[in-house]
Amino acid sequence: MLIRPKEGILDPQGKAVERALPALGFEGVSHVRVGRLVELETENAEELDSLCAKLLANPLIEDFEVEHVEPAETS
Amino acid sequence: MTTFGVLQFPGSCDDRDAVSACERVGEARFVWHEDRDLGGIDAVVVPGGFSYGDYLRVGAIARFAPAMESVVEFARDGGPVLGICNGFQVLCEAGLLPGALLTNEGLHFVCRQVEIVAEPNLKGARHSLGFLDGIEGGERLSIPVKHTTGRFYASDDELDRLEESGQIAFRYAAGHNPNGSARDIAGVTNEAGNVLGLMPHPEHAVDPLTGSEDGLRLLASVAAVPA
Repeated sequence: MLIRPKEGILDPQGKAVERALPALGFEGVSHVRVGRLVELETENAEELDSLCAKLLANPLIEDFEVEHVEPAETS
Repeated sequence: MTTFGVLQFPGSCDDRDAVSACERVGEARFVWHEDRDLGGIDAVVVPGGFSYGDYLRVGAIARFAPAMESVVEFARDGGPVLGICNGFQVLCEAGLLPGALLTNEGLHFVCRQVEIVAEPNLKGARHSLGFLDGIEGGERLSIPVKHTTGRFYASDDELDRLEESGQIAFRYAAGHNPNGSARDIAGVTNEAGNVLGLMPHPEHAVDPLTGSEDGLRLLASVAAVPA
């Protein structure tokens, strides 16, 4: 699940990162937005959207995307 | 005599101050987060702190505590509820209050005395406002803030609606907005007016020794005693 601040909402954390980059020589970077990534395993993939909307993200201030990844074979 | 119930989550840190403040105007007891029993409690305070370590998002996990289920019912029945700082964040996450609280515009933790002004149409058409009963529109209170996540946010349409319905309780006085809150909002109520959320800490403004007794006014309102 990728969760990020909604478009149009000021993200001071992103701004702080953006301001720090030129000091390290990284020029031309703009519109930095910092969100979070939640990884989980589930047997009920159909519930992921509602799980995200109810707990992992606050839809009032955040957008989210769900990405399905099949686990790699380990044995 | 009014009995206050002060919630305690793992990570709450202003719970003891809240109980001491409430005891100046009534009786008070703690309500542990796993406890659903609000028996004998006339008013609920959801205190400040870092419930559940602020994990995931401030207030997001506390909202699911068994005690909060009882608080939601208590609020629906018209019981007075005050959420202070982290408590305000919890009440927003629980859907008892509109909007959300975001990281301060300046990213820094702010800790200072601020002045807040009660909204002129505070009472509107409502009869009982619990913690706001003794406050007059236009009154100026001096109360400290201390937070990193206190920037009140709601969409412009929602802000217009809140202004019209009289749900904005307090705004920071000119020049006192410490966090970039939309329209200088420091506190809001639910539609009925019995649930109040505030970023400033009234429980830290109850003694002249620490600069102001104005916070006591809110607690005295609900206890119906003169502050």
